[in-house]
Order: sequence, then structure tokens, then C-alpha cells
Amino acid sequence: MAESFGRAALVRHGVRAYLLIVAMWVRSTLTYRASFVIMAVGNAAGSGLEFVTILLMFSHIDTLGGFGLPEVALLCGSSATALGLADLLLGNVERLGSRVRDGTLDILLVRPAPVYVQVAADRFALRRVGRLAQAMVVLGWALTRVQVDWTPGRVVLVAAMLLSGAAIFGAIFTLGAAFQFWAQDAAQVQNSFTYGGNAMLQYPPSVFAKDLVRGATFVVPLAFVNWLPALRLMGRDDPLGLPGWVDFMGPVVAAVMCGGAALAWRAGLRGYRSTGS
Amino acid sequence: MTDGTGAETPFIELDGVRKVFQVRRKAGRLRRTKHEVRAVDGISFTVGRGEMVGYIGPNGAGKSTTVKMLTGILVPSAGRIRVAGIDPSRERTGLARRMGVVFGQRTTLWWDLPLRDSYELVRRMYRVPYDTYRKNLDRCVELLDLGPLLAAPVRQLSLGQRMRGDIAAALLHDPEVLYLDEPTIGLDVISKARVRDFLREVNASLDTTVLLTTHDLTDIEQLCRRVMVIDHGRLVYDGGLAGLHEVGESERTLVVDLAREMAPIEGVPGARTVKVEGPRQWLAFPASQSAAPVVAAVAERWPLVDLSVREPDIEDVIARMYTGRAE
Amino acid sequence: MGLYAAVARGGFRRYATYRTATAAGVFTNTVFGFIIAYTYQALWAERPRLGGYDQAQALTFVWVGQALLATVALAIGGGLDELQERIRNGDIAVDLHRPADLQLWWLAADLGRAGFQLLGRGVVPMAVGALAFDLALPADPALWAAFLVSVVLAVTVGFALRYLVALTAFWLLDSAGVAVLSGLAAMFFSGMLLPLRAFPGGFGEVARLLPWASALQVPADVLLGRYEGAAVLGALAFQAGWAAALLTVGRLVQSAATRKVVVQGG
Repeated sequence: MAESFGRAALVRHGVRAYLLIVAMWVRSTLTYRASFVIMAVGNAAGSGLEFVTILLMFSHIDTLGGFGLPEVALLCGSSATALGLADLLLGNVERLGSRVRDGTLDILLVRPAPVYVQVAADRFALRRVGRLAQAMVVLGWALTRVQVDWTPGRVVLVAAMLLSGAAIFGAIFTLGAAFQFWAQDAAQVQNSFTYGGNAMLQYPPSVFAKDLVRGATFVVPLAFVNWLPALRLMGRDDPLGLPGWVDFMGPVVAAVMCGGAALAWRAGLRGYRSTGS
Repeated sequence: MTDGTGAETPFIELDGVRKVFQVRRKAGRLRRTKHEVRAVDGISFTVGRGEMVGYIGPNGAGKSTTVKMLTGILVPSAGRIRVAGIDPSRERTGLARRMGVVFGQRTTLWWDLPLRDSYELVRRMYRVPYDTYRKNLDRCVELLDLGPLLAAPVRQLSLGQRMRGDIAAALLHDPEVLYLDEPTIGLDVISKARVRDFLREVNASLDTTVLLTTHDLTDIEQLCRRVMVIDHGRLVYDGGLAGLHEVGESERTLVVDLAREMAPIEGVPGARTVKVEGPRQWLAFPASQSAAPVVAAVAERWPLVDLSVREPDIEDVIARMYTGRAE
Repeated sequence: MGLYAAVARGGFRRYATYRTATAAGVFTNTVFGFIIAYTYQALWAERPRLGGYDQAQALTFVWVGQALLATVALAIGGGLDELQERIRNGDIAVDLHRPADLQLWWLAADLGRAGFQLLGRGVVPMAVGALAFDLALPADPALWAAFLVSVVLAVTVGFALRYLVALTAFWLLDSAGVAVLSGLAAMFFSGMLLPLRAFPGGFGEVARLLPWASALQVPADVLLGRYEGAAVLGALAFQAGWAAALLTVGRLVQSAATRKVVVQGG
């Protein structure tokens, strides 16, 4: 009991430190309001262009991989919302490599707050609400257009999909950052799985080769971000023919991923503290 | 309980501390060889509460590595460290509230935030009671002349301003111990003097334990009664500054600019000419001796245009310690 | 001339030192290449000959795009961040007094950078793409030669655009917003997200006349043999025209900026 109490206090302490630092950055961002608005709009436009590309495609076709526009928009909006949330809250951990290189990680280590929290919160980029907002607009539009018989259970499914999706992307950001304890210039690699993963999840799995879908299910479990729950919601079968209960495993997968990411981060930090580089 | 010297109540304790790094070197195109670097190779010392100690040594001697172990950034390979009875590497965040750290080369402040916001964040992160914070901040603002800087983002500050800002940030939470890693590096004379005055004041009035690493012997001369010298990861000297000069027989240098090129200056008591370059000449004399008679003797017999005195630098002192010991 | 050749070599070597970053970039380009290639496969399966490309040509377009992404440096600062920083902190005043021409200096450095990116970041994704998919790569060496010329012009146009963006730092306190928006325009109107020939109707026609078309659409079309005979020269002239026009504008803006610096005394 005492152990778990200590852990809870630790989490509370970490969250508090995170909010403190974030609040400071938000305040500082908002002092240059015009510049913030431009950056937020740019951020929204950046992810918006991906959806515009899909609209351009659908100006020539009615279905892609057997999916209509509202269905593809649902995939697009759900994946981008999950990524947007993770990117907003934790995206800055990708700067770890440059912190190791220029030695500023040491400074975080002498402050009375968890290093992870400080790396994630430092230079909190409020402009990323742009991507999130854009994604939620697409998602909202799609949810009103797809043929779904809404029940409380399905509403919960959507909420769980978005939250566990964000957690899975957050875990990938963290794993990528932990990898940078060893390879400081490799920040781009995680982009393949986060932004690249998002680019893939926007399209129906039927578009991709079976092996790629298998990889995205069993190796890097991106399929749990939106493919499996969204296919279930739209009443479609997944191309791998997995048992039905797998569609609901998103939160479990997210929890496992987060646990793995936490271990990797700790190992990376322990390595850093014993080698100093 | 403490009387300033406090050797009987050690605040910082190191016992046989080592830090070994595995370094990979390229050997040919693909092959890499591993070898060990002993950055800190068996160091033991204690520092009493309220002491102010200089920790000096050449580049790469192990100074920063020691400070990183004391602050809990690095985990020692062997040996035992206690700061206020706590093992820094195991209870890093707990100890963080009780210590202040200043790295001369990097700021601990938030680069893009105004100085005032950085302090506010320190207050909340360290949970400093508001009255304490106000008192400490006012005092730092006054003594370090920070008033005009509070609204400026840290990135816009000059090196000297930033350093003052950093030192203030390290003291807002009333730390029991303050680690300063090269606090005067790159500063101008006025900033150096201000920083030194302030550190002396803090140490005297708050009984804060201070450990400072430096390249600049003047820092040590003006601040520390005790100095430790580290070289190649080992402690080679621990004692008073005067003793260090004795051991090292260090020399100061008088640089004189004459009206024209001349033969090397000779016959000045206690000094010898070590270098001539055009009209400029360098004379070495023992650090324990006053410069005045040397200057007077030169001015009397040579056409003097300009002069300056250079303090012995730390590399010199240590080099001499070795040659002295070998003899 | 020797000076600028040396600057270009320096640009090449500088990027050659970032080995891990290069490997990571190759990995990312390859992953994106696969994802986009599959979506194009599905699109061209629905609409064969969309934009006048057959499926193999559409897939080739994808991999040429990934190979050139870093080379033409559309989305990122591509080395001009440093110029922008020098303008912001005033070091630019020193550069303006050097005997070398500011624009030529940075163009040379950028060509050197692009040269490395083409080899370091372009070849591997292209090879992987060719192994994994049926691509329509030409056998005619003349076409490859024309492609290379077209890539050099693409880099020059890309540089000229980014140079203009960097110069806005003389007037704007925070030109990051301009850089972001210009990067987005470049991504979209170069054909990186979808070939411009697949843009609908008049919108597509207009898009193909904009400078960004020089960055990917034209080089890809040259390689795919979309231009017959002398039309290749026309395509290259289109790129060269934009390069000349944008470099000239850059020069005018630069002299206006120089006057501003001189008046303000740095």
C-alpha cells in the first residue's frame, strides 16, 4: 500500500511540474499573439493539406480500396486527432537528442522534477492545437456522415479509440526519444512511425499489402490506433480476419506500449547517467 | 553545531569515488576499439557545512565529472558519496531541492522566457514559500543588479548578465549547498568582481556550503581558504592557497612594453626575462613576492611605455607542482 | 568561380558529416515512399491513366518525389536557417561587406548540399522503390541526362524561393510563419502530395504554371518521358525561366535590404 501511495504522489508531482512548465510557455506564446495565430494556422494547414489530397483523389473516384469518402475521412480524422493530441502533449520529447548533444539534459537532471516531464513540457508548442483542431473538424464531419447505428457502447468505442490512439502515438514518441540516448541524430526515425504511421492510417487497410498491415498490427501496433476500432464501428471486416475481440484491445495495447516506452526511457536515462553521453 | 570549519560534521563526503567511461574509438573504417577512461580515479574528501572550497585542475582533469556525481547527474562507478547524508545518485530529485547548481557554460534558465518568468517557475517548481522567494529575489536583484534585466528573455542577455541571472536562480530556494562550475568563465572584470562579492556575501551570511570549480586562480584567491587540486582524476593537493603556491612555486609574469626594441632586461632583483618579442618583454617573478619593486626597478632603468601583471594560471601551477615533486 | 566551387564543396562535405541523420532520413523517405505508393496503386486501380500516367509511371512519380524531397528541400529550411539567423542577429552586415556575392555564395552552398542529398538521400529510396515495385524508369541515357539538368534547375528554383523567405527576416521580427506557409505551398504545388496532372481541371492547369511545379512535377515528367523531343527543352526553359525570375527578384529584395542595413548602420 505504501508503495502504491508513493507512486501516486510521484505521478501527481510529475503532472504538477508538467502543468507548471506548460502554463509558463503558453503565457509566453500568447504574448506574441499574431505570430502564434500564423503558426497555428500553418500547423492546421499542414495536416489539412493531407486531407485536401484525399479530397482531390475523390474528385476522380467514388471509392478507394472499397471505402467511400466519409469512411476515409473517419480514418483520416481519427488518426490525425490521436496524433495531434500526442504531438501537442508529448511531441517535444523528440528534442532529447539535441539536448544530449548540447549538454542541456544535465540541467534538467539537477531540477526537482522528473526529467521526462521537463523534456516533454519544455518549449510547449501551443501552435499544435492547429493540427488537433483541423483533425477534429474532419472527424466531426465524418462521424455525421458515416452509416453508424449509434449506441452508448459505440460512443465509448470512439472515445477509447481516440485516447488509446493518442497513447500509442505518445509511446512511439517516447520510444523514439529513448532511442536518441544512443543515437542522437536519429530524431527522424520516429517520424516514420508517427507521421508516417498517420499517413498510412488515413487510408483503408485494404489499400496496403497484407504484410504491411501485419507489420502495423503485430510489430508496431498502429492498427489499434484507428483501423481496428473504426472498422468495427463501420461494420467492416479487417483484411487480416482477426477475431472480433481484437478490435477492442486498443486500450490494452496502449497500456503495454506505454509500459514498454517507460522501460526504454528508464534504460536510456540510466545509460546516460552512467556514461554521461 | 557548526562553527564554519566543521570538519567533524562533514556535509559532503566522498570515499574512494571513481568514474570510469568506456570510450569507443574508431580504428580504421569499421573497426572500433573500446578503452577505459578513468575520469575520476579514487577521490576521497570531506567538506564541512558552510565551507567554501575551490576545486581546480586542468581541462579534462575530472572536475566536472566530480560535480556531476555530487549533483546526482552521473552515477559513480565505485565508491561512496553522501551530501547531507543523502546518496545523490539515488535520491536525485530529493536532493535537488536542497542544492543550487550553476554551470558556467550553459544556463539553467529557460532560454526563451523572460528572467522574471524563469524565477517564477523556479519558485513553483521548488515550492519556495512566497515570503522566502520575495526576500531572496529582492536581495539578488539588489546585489547582482538584476533590476533592469528581469523583463528580458534570457537569450538576449550578455554572458555576464546571464551568469548573474543564473546565480540568482540557483539561490532562490535557500539551498544548503551551491555548486558552481566555472562561474566566471568568459566574464569581464566588472562582472567577475560583482559575482565574487556576491558569493562571498552569500557564504558568509547564509552559511551556504560552496564548491566551485574554476580556471581562474583569482577566484580562489578572493573566495576560498581551502583549495583542492585534481589532476588525471586524482586529488593531488588539499589545503590552503598559500600552501599551493609554495608547493608549486608559481610565478607571476610582468609584461612590459618598452619604447623600442631592446636587449633582454637584466639585473632586476628576483625577476628574470623569459620572453622578448619586439619592444615587448616578459619577466617572471615568484607569486609570493610583490610586483611593486620589480616594476620600480624596470621603470628606473628602461623606457617603459606600458605594463601589466599576469597571475599564474592553474596549468602553470600544477605543472610546477609536478616538476617540484620530481626533483 | 573557384571561390564558389569551394563553397559548394564545403556545402557538400558539411552534410556528408551527418551520417546518422542521413541514414534516418533515408529510412523515413523509404517508409513514406511505400505508404504513398500503395495509396497510388489503389487510386490508379480505380482510375487507370489518371493524369495521363499508367500505374508504373504513377509509382515512379512517388519514388522520384521521395528521392528529391531532401534534395530540393521543399519543406524545411535546407541550410538557409543559418542565413535567416545571421539576418536576425545582425551578422549579415559583415557578410554584405565581403567581396563575395551574397546570393551566389548561398546558392553555391545550397547546390553543394543538394548534391550530397541527391546521392545520400535519393539513391537508396529510389533503388528500394525499383526493387519493390514495377517502375517505369527509362533506359535512354539522354533522358537521364535531361533529368539531371532538370534536378539542378529544380534545386535552383527551390533555393531562390527559400532565399526570398529568408530575406523577409530583414523586415519581419518573426519570419518563421512565412517559412511554414511557403513550405506548405511548396509541398502542395510541387506535386509531392499528388501529381499536378491529377489536380482537377483549371486548378491543375494553373498549378502547373507556378514556380513550385519546377521542383518535382517537371523533373518527374522529364524522367517519365512526358516531353517528346524538343519539348524537353521547353520544360527545362520553363524551369530556367522561373529560376532566373526568382533569382532576380531575390537580388532586388537583397539590395533593398542592403540599403536598409546601411541606413540603420547594421
